Amino acid sequence: MPPIEKTNLGSSAYYYSQTLIFKHNYTVTATFMKIIKAFITLSLTAVLVWALQTQFGPIPPLGKFLNPATGFWQNAENKRIISQRELKLPGLQDEVTIKYDEHRVPHIFAKNEHDLYYAQGYVTATDRLWQMDIQTRSASGRLAEVVGAKALETDRYHRRIGMVYGAENSLRAMLQDPKTRLAIEAYTDGINAYVHNLNVRDYPIEYKLLNYKPEEWKPINCAFLLKLMSETLSGGSDEFLMTNTLNKFGTAVTQDLFPDHNFQEDPIIPKGTPWNFKALPVPPVSASFKAQMAANGKPAGKVEGIGSNNWAVAGSKTASGYPILANDPHLRLSFPSIWYQIQLSAPGINVYGVSLPGAPMIIIGYNDKISWGVTNTDADVLDWYQIKFKDAGKNQYWHNNQWNNVTRRTEVIHVRGEQPVTEKVIYTHYGPVVFEDSVSKRSNPNLPAGAALRWIAHDGSNDLKTFYLLNRSKNYTDYRKALTLYTAPAQNFIFASAGKDIAITPNGKFPLKFADQGKFILDGTDKANDWQGWIPAEQNPTVKNPPRGFVSSANQSLTDKTYPYYINWQFGPYQRGTRINTRLAAMNRITVDSMRLLQTDNYSITARDILPTLIAQIDTSKLDRNQLKALDILKQWDKRYDANSIGASIFDAWWRKVYNLTWKDEFGDEKANLQWPSRDRTIKMLLTQPRAKWFDDSNTPGVETAEDIVSTAFNQSVNELSVKHGRPGLGWQWGKIRPTSIDHLAALKGFGTGNFESGGSSNIVNAIHEGAGPSWRMVVQMGPSVKGYGVFPGGESGNPGSFYYTDMLQTWKEGQLNELLYLRSAEEKSERIKSVTILKKNDKK
Amino acid sequence: MLFVLLLIFSLAASYVFPWWIVAIIAFVASLLMANRAGHAFGSGFLAIFLAWLVLSLFKSMPNEHQLAERVAQLFGLPHWTLLLLITCIIGGLVSGLSALSGFYVKQVFMPSTVKQ
Repeated sequence: MPPIEKTNLGSSAYYYSQTLIFKHNYTVTATFMKIIKAFITLSLTAVLVWALQTQFGPIPPLGKFLNPATGFWQNAENKRIISQRELKLPGLQDEVTIKYDEHRVPHIFAKNEHDLYYAQGYVTATDRLWQMDIQTRSASGRLAEVVGAKALETDRYHRRIGMVYGAENSLRAMLQDPKTRLAIEAYTDGINAYVHNLNVRDYPIEYKLLNYKPEEWKPINCAFLLKLMSETLSGGSDEFLMTNTLNKFGTAVTQDLFPDHNFQEDPIIPKGTPWNFKALPVPPVSASFKAQMAANGKPAGKVEGIGSNNWAVAGSKTASGYPILANDPHLRLSFPSIWYQIQLSAPGINVYGVSLPGAPMIIIGYNDKISWGVTNTDADVLDWYQIKFKDAGKNQYWHNNQWNNVTRRTEVIHVRGEQPVTEKVIYTHYGPVVFEDSVSKRSNPNLPAGAALRWIAHDGSNDLKTFYLLNRSKNYTDYRKALTLYTAPAQNFIFASAGKDIAITPNGKFPLKFADQGKFILDGTDKANDWQGWIPAEQNPTVKNPPRGFVSSANQSLTDKTYPYYINWQFGPYQRGTRINTRLAAMNRITVDSMRLLQTDNYSITARDILPTLIAQIDTSKLDRNQLKALDILKQWDKRYDANSIGASIFDAWWRKVYNLTWKDEFGDEKANLQWPSRDRTIKMLLTQPRAKWFDDSNTPGVETAEDIVSTAFNQSVNELSVKHGRPGLGWQWGKIRPTSIDHLAALKGFGTGNFESGGSSNIVNAIHEGAGPSWRMVVQMGPSVKGYGVFPGGESGNPGSFYYTDMLQTWKEGQLNELLYLRSAEEKSERIKSVTILKKNDKK
Repeated sequence: MLFVLLLIFSLAASYVFPWWIVAIIAFVASLLMANRAGHAFGSGFLAIFLAWLVLSLFKSMPNEHQLAERVAQLFGLPHWTLLLLITCIIGGLVSGLSALSGFYVKQVFMPSTVKQ
């Protein structure tokens, strides 16, 4: 029946259409859901990838850093070294052979000077690229570019003290000389040959952590490296504190507490050494000598513990009959190591030693005819001048009875993630006005006008030429000639030769000054305060083959009072120097090993000088058990700062306490901005002026004497030690109480050594003091066939993922030295050579 | 199959392209081959987890894990294996998520899967 059929049909159609609608609805919903799901998962993926590619604060982009293809896993070096390698590099003139010994020290054999320094640049970059980058960034005020605003103040300081200005001047001087020009340009090309071929995965790990890229090396970076050394070694100044001290206590007290010559002295140039020259007239003392400091800002203070030892003994005192030279420069220790060992050989040169990553040539080392080393001289080559500006515009300043125009130097500091900061630094004829109010306003609104900095590091100087010549020197005459070209940072250059000469010369370009010029802030309006010329280089203090049979230096005073020129009012204390001199005088038939033992000598001259006096002040009837025990230990102590010494811990704490209790009441803490009298002056007072008013604690009604201070100090320090370390015993050992550690340059946890126990201290020959100490120990036996020994606390590689990152550390800790491999020629066979790299010129254009 | 393909491609591509290439590989492979959401994510995650494990160990074992140990300390982790685990999980997550999104994108453009 049609209707039914129809109905049926209709019902079926209805059903079908309903299904379609339903299905359509279902499809729309499902499709929508699918899009949503796809959208959400896609977005999540995108966000995740973005987050892993982005740096959050100090955390590196995790995907970039952790992925095994280009991230840090790629920096893990294989223990096995490829024994033969050949590289084709652009710009080489000939073939270069590089032999690596078991410590990965490269021994470079080139056929010409260009290739020699090219190869030095190449291998140094291979091992130390990031260190070179970060150090030049630090020197040139470009840290904020990679680490952001937190480094802005450091950058600003470096810009404002004129580091860039000084480096530019020095670069000009270095490029004027054809020899150093060739070396610097070839060295730069060598570094860049490495940089240009660098894959992302090969970037040193620190680039990956800090999330930035290596950049091309520029010749000026070599100058920055040397300026950084100048800053470390001659960039400190006490003038601000000294001026405050002068203002507070007056001239008489200041001259009494801060004398120009120490109570105990043992100068570098032996007392009585005659001066064989006609001295220039010394400039007259200026009328405005006593300057007032009304400035803001505080220049970096001097750091104790940055000093060094060197000595050379004549053949008459050695077992072999030939001189032996020893040197250990003390610096803040870090990873990657400060120094980079290398042998450089080409026609006319074959030298071994340590270089500074970022500068060509060898700074401390030897060849088969001579050896040389350096310690810091600490000459006063940095002075502050109070500037009187005409008005708030600061366009003119008063000097030599007239208004003079200033110039302004623009320094643009790029800051990662922020707008660049522009500094306009005022320059006078002295140099930059470092802390000017436009800067200081940010930290302190009440600051008046600033002071200008006159600093030797601003002067154009070609110090590399000195090292160029020393690397090739054959005898004493060559050594002297090389030294005359040197400017800064002033160093005590020690020398020994196969020709059996020994010598030492505190050397640098020294301004000709009246006595104490620059001890305090100088009046910048008075022309008589300007540097009035220079001490002629050949009149720098020097001594050759003195009768005592040795020469030495340990940052102490340079000469006795007969030297006609003023170089500085204060030098390092005498203790290290006198220990070295006493030992050397007593020693005969000296060997390399006895020199090594002297380098690691822990004997305390301070303890020798004052411990009996300290102990004599103690009334034993008033001591408790711990104090009696401690006193007993001290009485038996051998005066050595060995790692397991308990006496050293007690003495050290006691002496520090005596020093603090003596001066703190009058000179206050750091905020008081006063200079504290030296250890030497305190010792003099303790030994010869026990009733001095300074011993009286001004915070108590009674009148204290040295005896009271010493006794109180003893009780307090023993009590403090007991609280921290229990009863006197093994827990009091010096190595435990004063742990040492060597940190990574960027203070990255896990990349340094962590704490370890060690002997030594500042003012001990073995000057390991917290994170500072002997950054390179070297002993060289001169003779028909020179033999060198040396070690630094670290390794050749700067890569924490290398087996050569810390491989020499243990030897250093043990006070041992490695025999250095000095190859006579590229052909010389040695079992110690583990791999060879041949550099060939790349003919492809 | 998806897993094997992802493993091979990510191992091969990682030395030439940036690390996030694994996301693209996982996305495309999944777009073509995944048949279930779980399958896509699982294969994506496991393949890169494994690939990164192999690649990391390939560098770290001859190094006696010295660097991994130092970096683990830097990140405050007690042992370098945790660093390895984090590395592999991060790789796995990126790849797994990307594979999952590849599967869902495929779903959008595929004809309806509802059986008639």
